[in-house]
Amino acid sequence: MIEFKDVSLVYPNGTQGLKNINIQINPGEFVVVVGLSGAGKSTLIRSINRLVKPTGGELLIDNENILKYGSRDLRKLRTKVGMIFQNYNLVKRSSVMKNVISGRLGHTGTLKSLFNLYPKEDQALAYRSLQRVNIADKLYQRSDQLSGGQQQRVAIARVLTQQPNIILADEPVASLDPPTSHQVMTYLRKVNKEDNITTIVNLHFIDMAMEYADRIIGMRAGEVVYDGPVSDVNEATFEEIYGRKIRDEDRVGGSDDE
Amino acid sequence: MMSKTNQPTLQGISSNKTKLRISAIFIIIVGFYLFTSIKTESSLLDLWSGKNGFINIAKSLFPPHWSYASTVMPQLIETLHMAIIATTVAALISIPISLLSAANLFPNPFIHLPVRFIMNVLRTIPDILLALIFVGIFGVGVFPGIMALIIFSLGLLAKLLYETIESIDMNPIEAIRASGGNTMQVIAYAVIPQVLPQFVSFGLYVFEVNVRASLVLGFVGAGGIGLLLNQQVSWANYPNVMTIIIIIFISVVIIDYISNKIRERLI
Amino acid sequence: MTEFTLPPKQKKTPWQKMRPYVIGIILLAIYIWTFTSIEIRWSRVFSQHTIESLTRVIPQLFSPDWSAFGKVMGLMWETLLMAYTGTLMAAILAIPFGFFAARNMVKNKFLNTASKWALNAIRAFPELVLALMFVAAVGPRPFAGVIAIAIGSIGMLGKLYSEVIESIDMNVVEALEANGANKIQVLFYGIIPQIIPEFLSYAIYRFEIDVRASTILGIIGAGGIGTLITIATTNRNWSEVGLILLVIIVVVTLIDIISAQIRKRLV
Ligand SMILES: Nc1ncnc2c1ncn2[C@@H]1O[C@H](COP(=O)(O)OP(=O)(O)OP(=O)(O)O)[C@@H](O)[C@H]1O
Ligand SMILES: [Mg+2]
Repeated sequence: MIEFKDVSLVYPNGTQGLKNINIQINPGEFVVVVGLSGAGKSTLIRSINRLVKPTGGELLIDNENILKYGSRDLRKLRTKVGMIFQNYNLVKRSSVMKNVISGRLGHTGTLKSLFNLYPKEDQALAYRSLQRVNIADKLYQRSDQLSGGQQQRVAIARVLTQQPNIILADEPVASLDPPTSHQVMTYLRKVNKEDNITTIVNLHFIDMAMEYADRIIGMRAGEVVYDGPVSDVNEATFEEIYGRKIRDEDRVGGSDDE
Repeated sequence: MMSKTNQPTLQGISSNKTKLRISAIFIIIVGFYLFTSIKTESSLLDLWSGKNGFINIAKSLFPPHWSYASTVMPQLIETLHMAIIATTVAALISIPISLLSAANLFPNPFIHLPVRFIMNVLRTIPDILLALIFVGIFGVGVFPGIMALIIFSLGLLAKLLYETIESIDMNPIEAIRASGGNTMQVIAYAVIPQVLPQFVSFGLYVFEVNVRASLVLGFVGAGGIGLLLNQQVSWANYPNVMTIIIIIFISVVIIDYISNKIRERLI
Repeated sequence: MTEFTLPPKQKKTPWQKMRPYVIGIILLAIYIWTFTSIEIRWSRVFSQHTIESLTRVIPQLFSPDWSAFGKVMGLMWETLLMAYTGTLMAAILAIPFGFFAARNMVKNKFLNTASKWALNAIRAFPELVLALMFVAAVGPRPFAGVIAIAIGSIGMLGKLYSEVIESIDMNVVEALEANGANKIQVLFYGIIPQIIPEFLSYAIYRFEIDVRASTILGIIGAGGIGTLITIATTNRNWSEVGLILLVIIVVVTLIDIISAQIRKRLV
């Protein structure tokens, strides 16, 4: 369970990234965070694995305040929290396999990882992860030879190889076309249900949020302005979160029900 | 090319101010040249009619004394070995140093600025001068030569390398950090794969530089073929000099060629 | 885990499989050859003598002998003049080479290749080797150094110039020719305005290199501060060497900074 207790974050330049956030995210939930650009979605997500450090309040994961963690505890926390990025963040010159096995780094001794000495179970796990996102045939290709959607699937496989309890995804489909976006979201959703991994995704598109989320959190100017199950959400809710009328650009389109 | 295309073609009719400025710069450059030629006693005529007369020397260079090559070859090989060892050692040391100098990996200016400063200073010291100092400390031989080459090429290599590291894609680094990797793992998995081809290429380039540099270290007793060259010139044994020069020429051309071919395939 | 399948082995062609081993064996052979045949006299390197020199030389290097300041600065000035004269000579003499080597200017394949080869040949020789030749030809004085600098610089500048010329916008030239301009007019109105900034920038950059090079020419009698270096090291006057070192570092750094500023404004 993830609990934000009055969490605030002020960036060194004085920008208020988060303002008194109080939310609770339950194990296995699929949460989508929406809001306009600059609302603080990335800041919220990155607080959970401490890529940014909140400056006030308490952030509890499984009842431990992660804001108190030193570097050793932090690395341990991060092995349990997988992250997916808008730009996939693969090492482009390395093979798919090398990228995916790097999900095990946190569990592997430094020397062993430097010499690529991974136990058979880890190699099998990496391969199985690639199979789950249907990209095992690209195993030994260089990752910059893959399409954007394929690279994002490799990134999901890397996270799966980590065997995390939580997956954070910061705009995972913002660089992809609509059909590929749906494919990637479907894989995320599948993984969430099959492995019961708590999943928190930042999205721009309201139709996608509605289609894949269990629960929607709306942000504006660093504050949570909406929090509720997807069944309660309609277009008016989004207009309230965004503080303006919904436009065409807020939808990705291309899903089955349209 | 570049911005020049959008200049009007007929800008020969420049303003008076521009003309004045160009003339002033021209006069200063030429005036200073005349001044320096006098100061350095440079007169092109001397080249032909000088003490020994260049033409006379050129004549006496031929034919080269081929049998002398058997004396030269071991020295040439020693020279190459010096360059190989120096490049290898400098490459190994430059890895941690360039990592420390990269502002994107070590944003703390108290780390990267002092390291860079030292490397900048090292690059300004001529390798021969380093060799002279090391000869003074360690005595004549190849060791002081190798040390001089190491220090000089270290400065060069570290600079080339840290500039490459600063231009890498930072995204994978964030990903590895986010999955719990430590600093060593970040370097091994996200930094090294991105810079390895350039690193090897720079290493080969520095090897080329070191080969040229090591050819002359013998002038100051720091090992290699330079000793013979210096000797034969001062004995005015020009056919032998020519032999050495031809051997140097051929080996430099071959080494540059191989090194360039490898570098082309790397990137 | 539900399943336990190891990833399939990577399919490689025989050459891909062999390649790392072939490269490894070649490297290993080179290193074995190098380390078995290099003759480092370790007994001298790690001797009492070395420790004595170290404790004597290093502290003296770091306590420069300021009484020699006037003399050192005078020779440093001469060094700069040598570099200036040499670079300027080369900057001008390299122009015809650049044009002959540029494929879009001279449409004669033989001339192109011949000038490219001449430029490459020059670059195969370290400046100090050239200087040694000229010391033999014109006697031990700055002029020998100037000529060596000039010739060495022509090798590099000629090549860079030809690259600049090959990259110019030929449309401008065509437009002028279409207007009935003759060859000289095309040169002055179409070509020169396009190449001047780059030429200047490269010449100034080469001046940086030549300043470094001329500091050591005196070691073989070709003038400049190197003369003093030889004297000071043979006399084991290490605090004077320390001062020379300091002056070289400061002057070279200053010139690099100024030159970089000028070049930034030029291009
Ligand atoms: N490193 C930083 N330093 C200073 N301010 C920052 C930093 N990162 C983000 N901010 C500011 O914090 C606020 C929230 O940014 P955040 O990146 O969380 O927004 P976002 O909702 O993810 O936006 P987007 O949809 O554009 O990604 C913005 O005003 C942003 O300018
Ligand atoms: Mg964001």
